[in-house]
Amino acid sequence: MELQIADLLNAMPGAVAQGLIWGIMAIGVYITFKIQDVADLTVDGTMSLGGAVCVTLIASGQNIWVAILAATISGMLAGLITGIFHTKMGIPVILAGILTQLGLYSINLKILGGKSNQAISADKYDLIVSLRYVKNVAFYKNTIFIVAIFVIAIIAILYWFFGTARGCSIRATGCNPNMSRAQGINTNFNTVIGLMISNGLVGLASALYSQYQGFADVNAGRGAIVIGLAAVIIGTVLFEKIFHNFALKLLSVAIGAVIYYAVLQIVIWLGLDTNYLKLLSALVVAFFLAVPYWKKKYFTKPVKKGAKTNA
Amino acid sequence: MLKVDHIYKTFNPGTINEKTALNGTTLTLNEGDFVTVIGGNGAGKSTLLNAIAGVFLVDEGSISIDDVDVTRMSEHRRASFLGRVFQDPMMGTAATMGIDENLALAARRGKSRGLGSGITKAERAHYKELLKELDLGLENRLTSKVGLLSGGQRQALTLLMATLNRPKLLLLDEHTAALDPKTAAKVLTLSDKIVAEQNLTTLMVTHNMRDAIVHGNRLIMMNEGQVILDISGEEKKNLTVEDLLEKFEEISGEEFANDKALLSK
Repeated sequence: MELQIADLLNAMPGAVAQGLIWGIMAIGVYITFKIQDVADLTVDGTMSLGGAVCVTLIASGQNIWVAILAATISGMLAGLITGIFHTKMGIPVILAGILTQLGLYSINLKILGGKSNQAISADKYDLIVSLRYVKNVAFYKNTIFIVAIFVIAIIAILYWFFGTARGCSIRATGCNPNMSRAQGINTNFNTVIGLMISNGLVGLASALYSQYQGFADVNAGRGAIVIGLAAVIIGTVLFEKIFHNFALKLLSVAIGAVIYYAVLQIVIWLGLDTNYLKLLSALVVAFFLAVPYWKKKYFTKPVKKGAKTNA
Repeated sequence: MLKVDHIYKTFNPGTINEKTALNGTTLTLNEGDFVTVIGGNGAGKSTLLNAIAGVFLVDEGSISIDDVDVTRMSEHRRASFLGRVFQDPMMGTAATMGIDENLALAARRGKSRGLGSGITKAERAHYKELLKELDLGLENRLTSKVGLLSGGQRQALTLLMATLNRPKLLLLDEHTAALDPKTAAKVLTLSDKIVAEQNLTTLMVTHNMRDAIVHGNRLIMMNEGQVILDISGEEKKNLTVEDLLEKFEEISGEEFANDKALLSK
């Protein structure tokens, strides 16, 4: 088999579009993983839920924007459930997320009418994104353009929100819960709000992804957390030295997702058996999660005593 | 002002690690009292402060601040009455947030946190003035991350945060114990100044007997979860470390087994 560079270039617009959609999902993961300092596994369920809700509503004749909004809200509800499991029932957050994720599998099947997937054709419905709209369409109809607008709008809203009094208190909760409570911050409430925002974004990403693919699937979210983390880590590692502003950090996460999908496309192009893709993703993420630990363990220079006594 | 009425707290009840930390502790603070708290390891000093702050709920007894019963109130709701500084300099601030943002968080203690601005321009200017008074050069590093500050700078900042909105009660939990002696003295002087300026009702736990005598208008000693000594006024002013040690042995019937306290006289 010969490698044709044209094949790769041909596949790239699709990879960028998918990457941007997953970028929205990854921004959701960034909120829990980086800002709140919790690993929320609800997202694997939410990444299927949003699509199921969206596709089912569109198929039943609902307005597409209503369907997308409903998908976002359904994601927020999933986050709320995990939040209640965690803060009201004392279940460790990772386990709380796994429980919600598992429960969502049944719910997603129910939403899809007992089927494991449900098609939605771009011919029949006026979808706002689709893998058929990544090339040879007017720019304002191009999926890359539309999702990019979504990403920018989301970053703008989050930038504003995390600058508000409530948003600041959520950041403080993730950074130092003891200090936060001492300053009168309801840390449980904030944890729930953060989970809801995060999963709302994942639900939205899922709604867009189901339209892009042309179907919703109960397994669409399997391993989503790993892809989200990969995007967060790639974005952070590549841009942390140059992007200090919060909005740019969020942008770097979205770019991280695009890079992830671009690399994936290259690996597929090189001829890797696609069955190995999830294994590869898992190993890459494991490696990058280990980097800060190794840095600390093996490369930390002893702090000089007396170097900072100018208090 | 503060009424702690026969509070009990047992940790890990029914296990081999069972420990009664507060054993009917009773304490009343008057408006403007600056009370220093001493006692050996495990006497219940920090536990008392944490009980007042609501870090945990007490098993029995009641706590009220300014005639408000806070016994069952959650930690974050009680915070509106309290200013707190901890032993660990890492504990009182959010390391990944700016100095200005930390102060803004404290400024909103006891207020609702909605979608208004997390920090305003006017606030930044105000904080700059306040930081200038600390004389630590922090006024020029307003947006620096607090994680970059030294332990002493962080404690000074935490103190400023604790008293930004005048608290009804200031709780200082060995807040200089983790600092070097010179820095500790600076932070203590600053504490004195702020308490005097705002006429704050204060509870200060310390390991250092001399500090306990020099600072405040009243001194209490704790042992096995109870207040065993309560000295104020002239009598406190004339106290010496030797007096305290003697009194401790007299009341508790044991030696003051705390190297840190003995060494620091």
